Amino acid sequence: MDYEKIGLLAGIEIHQQLDTKEKLFCRCPTLLRKSGEHTGEYHRYLRATESEMGEIDGAAREEMKRERKFTYYTYDSTCLVENDEEPPAPLNQEALLLSLTIAKMFGMTPIEQVNVMRKLVIDGSNTSGFQRTALVAVHGTLPNGGRIETLCLEEEAAQRVEGETFSVDRLGIPLVEITTSPCMHTPEEVREMAGYLGMVLRSTGKVKRGLGTIRQDVNISIKGGARIEVKGVQELDLVADVVKREAQRQQNLILIRDQLISRGASVQPGPVDVTTLFAGTGSAILKKAKMILAVRLNGFSGLVGTEVQPGRRLGTEMSDYAKICGVGGIFHTDELPAYGITQNEVESLHRTLGTDENDCIVLVAATPKQAHCAAMQVIKRARFALDGVPEETRKMLPEGNSAYMRPLPGAARMYPETDVLPVNVGPSTWDCIALPELLTVRAHRFSTELALDEGLARQIAFSERLPLFERSIAETINPTLAASTILMTLKEIQRDGADISMISDDLFIEVLHAVELGKAAKEAIPEILKMIAKGAGSGEAIKKCAPAVSRDQLHAIITKIVDERAVFVREKGNAALAPLMGVVMAEVRGSSDGKVVSELLRKEIARVSTSR
Amino acid sequence: MEQLQTGDRVNCNYGGTLFNGTYITDRDGKAVIKLDSGYNIGVGRETCRFLERPVPVRRPEISAVQDDSLPCLSIISTGGTIASRIDYRTGAVTSQFDAGDILRAIPGLSGIARYRTTQLYTILSENMTPAIWQELATAVYKEINDGATGVMVTHGTDTMTFSSAAVSFMVDTPVPVIFVGSQRSADRPSSDNTMNALCSATAAVSPLGEVAVVMHESTSDDRCAIHRATRVRKMHTSRRDAFQSIGIPPLGYVDYPSLDVNLSPEAVKRGSCEPAIRPALDESCRLLYFYPGMPPSALPDAGTLHGLVLAGTGLGHVSTEWIPFLKSLADEGTVIMMTSQCLNGRVCDRVYDTGRDLLKIGVIEGADTLPEVALVKLMWVLGNEKDPDKQRLLLSSSLIGECTRRSRHGL
Repeated sequence: MDYEKIGLLAGIEIHQQLDTKEKLFCRCPTLLRKSGEHTGEYHRYLRATESEMGEIDGAAREEMKRERKFTYYTYDSTCLVENDEEPPAPLNQEALLLSLTIAKMFGMTPIEQVNVMRKLVIDGSNTSGFQRTALVAVHGTLPNGGRIETLCLEEEAAQRVEGETFSVDRLGIPLVEITTSPCMHTPEEVREMAGYLGMVLRSTGKVKRGLGTIRQDVNISIKGGARIEVKGVQELDLVADVVKREAQRQQNLILIRDQLISRGASVQPGPVDVTTLFAGTGSAILKKAKMILAVRLNGFSGLVGTEVQPGRRLGTEMSDYAKICGVGGIFHTDELPAYGITQNEVESLHRTLGTDENDCIVLVAATPKQAHCAAMQVIKRARFALDGVPEETRKMLPEGNSAYMRPLPGAARMYPETDVLPVNVGPSTWDCIALPELLTVRAHRFSTELALDEGLARQIAFSERLPLFERSIAETINPTLAASTILMTLKEIQRDGADISMISDDLFIEVLHAVELGKAAKEAIPEILKMIAKGAGSGEAIKKCAPAVSRDQLHAIITKIVDERAVFVREKGNAALAPLMGVVMAEVRGSSDGKVVSELLRKEIARVSTSR
Repeated sequence: MEQLQTGDRVNCNYGGTLFNGTYITDRDGKAVIKLDSGYNIGVGRETCRFLERPVPVRRPEISAVQDDSLPCLSIISTGGTIASRIDYRTGAVTSQFDAGDILRAIPGLSGIARYRTTQLYTILSENMTPAIWQELATAVYKEINDGATGVMVTHGTDTMTFSSAAVSFMVDTPVPVIFVGSQRSADRPSSDNTMNALCSATAAVSPLGEVAVVMHESTSDDRCAIHRATRVRKMHTSRRDAFQSIGIPPLGYVDYPSLDVNLSPEAVKRGSCEPAIRPALDESCRLLYFYPGMPPSALPDAGTLHGLVLAGTGLGHVSTEWIPFLKSLADEGTVIMMTSQCLNGRVCDRVYDTGRDLLKIGVIEGADTLPEVALVKLMWVLGNEKDPDKQRLLLSSSLIGECTRRSRHGL
C-alpha cells in the first residue's frame, strides 16, 4: 500500500510502568499479586460527576449507559489509598525524578511547577473514578526528526480480573506516558519509533519488565479519515499490523461512505417495535427477548455486510456500539436468513416497515431499556457511516484488528487533584539529573571493551538480567561465560522446569567463581544451578554435581578407562577420543574441565596405541 | 505585563512549544495555566501572553421537577457536600444549595420525596459553635411544625455527632431528623454522598421518630446504618464507614440500591411525641481529656466554670493529685461528670480508691455516655434546669437514649 498517497499519519502514546520502591501516591510496594491471594473485597458504584466546566464528558456519559456495580480485590500489600478511603500521600519523589530523567534523555523541557490532575475514568479501573496524572515535561525529539509532545507521570489503573471485578494491586504503580506528535508516515516507522522509545525507557534500568508493563496506544489517521486511538497494544511486533489494519479500515469506510452518498442512503430517526412480528419465530435469541426493535437503514443494503477489516464488517462496528448498552450483539438483513430467522420473516419485516431489498434492517433484541439504548447506538453509528470515519477510541483485537471502545475523550475530563500539593522542579533538581547510558551505546561498549560477540553484547545489554551481568564482570568473571550463562543456561534450565527465581545473584556469582577457579567444570553449571533452584546452597550443589577431582585422581580414572578399552583404542586410534570423552565426563560428573580431560585422554590414547 | 485574571485566555511559549490555555491563578510565584489538553502547569508568568478575556457563560438554571404526590422532606444545609460542585478556576469544591442543585447532583432523590431547602450555613464543621447548634435546632423545629415528613441535615462529618446530639436534646421530634454527610469529596465519581443522601432521604420518610445519623455501614456501597444521634461517633479520619454506634447496635439499616429500610424494635417510632423545643445551653462547660501527669493547673478557674466533663482513664479515673482540686471546684458549684476514654463500657467509680474519692467529692458517673455527648448534655441540662438536685438526677439518667441502663455483652 502506498502510505504516502493515502496520507497516513500516526503517533504513539507509550505507557511504561516504573520500577520504584513505592507507589505514586501511597507507600505500598509496587508489587503485582495473583488474584487468588486477595485478602478482602468490596463493592462500589461509580457515577459521572459534572466536570469543572459544568458538563459531563462524552466518554463518561457513554460509560454511564450501563448501571454497573464494581467489585475490588484487596491484598495485604495494598492500603486505604487504593481503596479510595484515604487522601493520597505526596507525589513519590523517586518516581518524579525518574520521569524527569526520562524527559532529559529525550531532550525535553521540564514543567517548572508540576500540578497533579484528576482525569475522569469511570470504567471501574480506578476506585476513585479518576486517574491521577501530571504533566512533567514537554517538547522532546525522536531520531526521525519527529516530536515528543508531552511526558506525563500518572498512576496505573487497577487490573481487571474478569467482568466488573478489579484487582487493586496494580492501582497506583507509577507510569510514564509519552506522547509523540503524529510524525510517522508508515507502519514500519511507527514500529521503529516505538522500539526506540522502549529502548530509551529500559536504559534507565528502573522500568518494569514483562508483558503488560509497557503498553502502546497508537493514533492513526489517513486523508479524509479521522483520528483513531487504538489502545492497549502490548506487543511491539503488532504495532505495524495495527497501523496497517486501521489504515485499511479507514479506506474501506470512506469507500462505503462514497457508495452510500451515491445511493442517496439515509438513516430513519427512530426504531420500530417489531416484537409481535416475531411471536412465532424459531430463533432462540429473538424468542427469549422481551423486546425486538428494528432500525431502518435506507439504501444500506449489502454495505452493512461489507468487510472493513479481515473478518469485521460495518455491521460489526454497529454491533460494537450496541454492546455498550449491554446487549450481546445485533442482527442485520445483509446476513439474513440465518440464526433461525427465516426468509419469510425477513420478507414480512420488509413489508411491515415499508422497506425493500435496497434497504438494510438492523434488529436488536433485549429488555426494553437495553433494546432502546442499543437501537439508538446503531442509529448513531449508521449516521457516522454517511460521514465516513468517526473519531473513536478503539481497543486492539488479536492480529491487529480493533473494536470500538468509546468516543475520543475531551479536555473536560480533567480537574485539579486538590489533595496533592504542586511540586516545583527548579534548575538545581534538573541539572543534577545524570543521564543513563543508552542500551545501544552500552551494547557497543560491551562488544568493543569486553570483546563480547556483537549479538551476545546486544542481547545482554537489552536483557532484564543486565544488572547481574554487570555485577559479574565487576567481580572479574569472564564476560562471555557470564553472558552465555545468563542468556542461555538460565533459560535452558528454566525450560527444563527449574524455578530460577530461587537462584539469587549471590549464588549465581559463587558458582561462576567456582568454575573460574577450576573447582567445577563449565559443563557442570546447568546441574549445579538446577540443584540451587531446588533450594540447595552453592557449596552443596557444587559438591554434589561436581565433586572436586584432583589432577592425579583424574589421571587415574582416565588410565583405568583407557586400559579397559585397550583393544578399541588400538583399533580406532585418535578417533577413540570423542566416544571416550563422553565416558570420562559421565564418570567425573562435571567436576573436571573438558579441556583438561581431553588433554589427558589424548596422552593416554597415545600411550596405549603406541604400546602395541 | 498585563495583569491576568482567572479565566483569561492566554498563550504560553514554553520549552519550544506554543500552548493555548486558560490562566487560573498565581501559586508559589508561578502562573498556573490550564492547557487545552486539560492539564494544569505552573510556569513563569513571562512565558504567558494575554489573548482575550472571555465573557463568562452563565450556567442555565435548571428547575427541579418535583412530584407533588410524594412526601415532603426538608433539607437543612450547614455546609455539607451533598450538592457541591467544582470551581474550575480554583479547583475548590463549592457548595451550591437549592432544590435544583441537589436534584441535579443526585437525581435519584426525586423518586423518594419532594424537597424544600434551607441553607443555614456554609461552614466547615470544625467551625461549628453551640450558638449554631441552637439555630440549627430552631430551624429543624420550624420545619417539623411546618409539616415536613422528615428533616435531613447535611453537615460536615468532623463534628456532626456534637450537632446531632445537641439537636436530640433540644428538640422533641415526632418525625425522623437525619444527619448526613460524606467522607469522600462529592466531586469524585466514587463519592459516598449519593448513597448516603439516598439512604438518608429514605430514612427520613420511614417510620422512624428520632434524631439519627445515616452513613455508610461498611467500605462497600451496600447499605447505610441508621445510628442513634447520641450513641454515634466518628471513629476513622477518612473511611466511608467512619461512623459507628458505640455500645448499642444501630437503630436500623437502609439497603442500597434497593433502599429497603429495616428498623430495630428499639428505634423510636414516628409520632411518638409532640414537637417541642428547649434550645437553652449553658456554654460555661468544658471537656478535659486526662493523661498521666496532667497538672491540676490544666483545670479551668472555678469562678467561670459551671460544668466539667472529664474523659477519665479506664473505669473513670484521674490522678489522686487531682482530687483536692476537683473538690474545691465542686465546692464552688461546678457540676463534674465522669466519662471514660475507653468509649466502650461503663464508668464505675466504686471499684478503686480514686473512684470512691471522686464520688465522695460529688463527681457524677456518666454511665456509658460518650464524652462529647456528656458535654452537650451537661450544657443543655445546666441551661434548662437550675435546681442542683434535679440537675444531678437528669445527668445520671438517660433522657433520650444517650446512656443505657444495662451493658450488652454483644455475644
